[in-house]
Amino acid sequence: MANDSEIKFLTPIKLETQRKKYCRFKKSGIKYIDYKDADFLLKFVNEQGKILPARITGTSRKYQRKVAQAVKRARHLALMPYVADLLK
Amino acid sequence: MKNQYETVFIMTPVLSEEQIKETVGKYRNLLVEGGAEIVDENKWGMRKLAYPIQKKTSGYYYLIEFKAEGTLIAKLETAYKRDERLLRFLTVSLDKHAIAYNEKRRNGGLKSQQKAAEKTAEKKEEFIKQEELKIEE
Repeated sequence: MANDSEIKFLTPIKLETQRKKYCRFKKSGIKYIDYKDADFLLKFVNEQGKILPARITGTSRKYQRKVAQAVKRARHLALMPYVADLLK
Repeated sequence: MKNQYETVFIMTPVLSEEQIKETVGKYRNLLVEGGAEIVDENKWGMRKLAYPIQKKTSGYYYLIEFKAEGTLIAKLETAYKRDERLLRFLTVSLDKHAIAYNEKRRNGGLKSQQKAAEKTAEKKEEFIKQEELKIEE
């Protein structure tokens, strides 16, 4: 009878190692988020056009506020949709 | 004290070239007469809207960056509201980072700018094609 402890794997099992999220604005030193640059803002919305939470994008609190503000301005100027299907 | 502002407005696509010039001139005059100092102007031109506004699917975008007293903004916005030729407008005050960004953008120091310019050029071509198709129909 083999004990559990005796079971050995030839290669160690790959555990999903999560890469640490970081705030891209802090890292690259971006200070101002332009609401006119709709293509860039597309990175922060899902395919329905909703703003992604900082929990997913890793953006810091400070810049998440600015992202949200920029997206809302872009929507007002019809540079981005309020509601969409298959935006990406 | 003067603050720096940036204002974008969208005109209806039914206007003729002259009417567009007249509308832009009207707001430029309003700003200058109100003691504003115009820093930059940028005409984005005809663009497709992300969603229809007043049943229009495209609009003529125009951006003005200026330095002015805060009291002028209210006057500008009431003028905007009364104007039926405008679909939308947005005025934002710029902080120091925004001013730096805009200056950099003006001098063409942004990497993303070239890409963006290419993209908008492509979009414009597509847009023109679509318009032509519509006319043919």
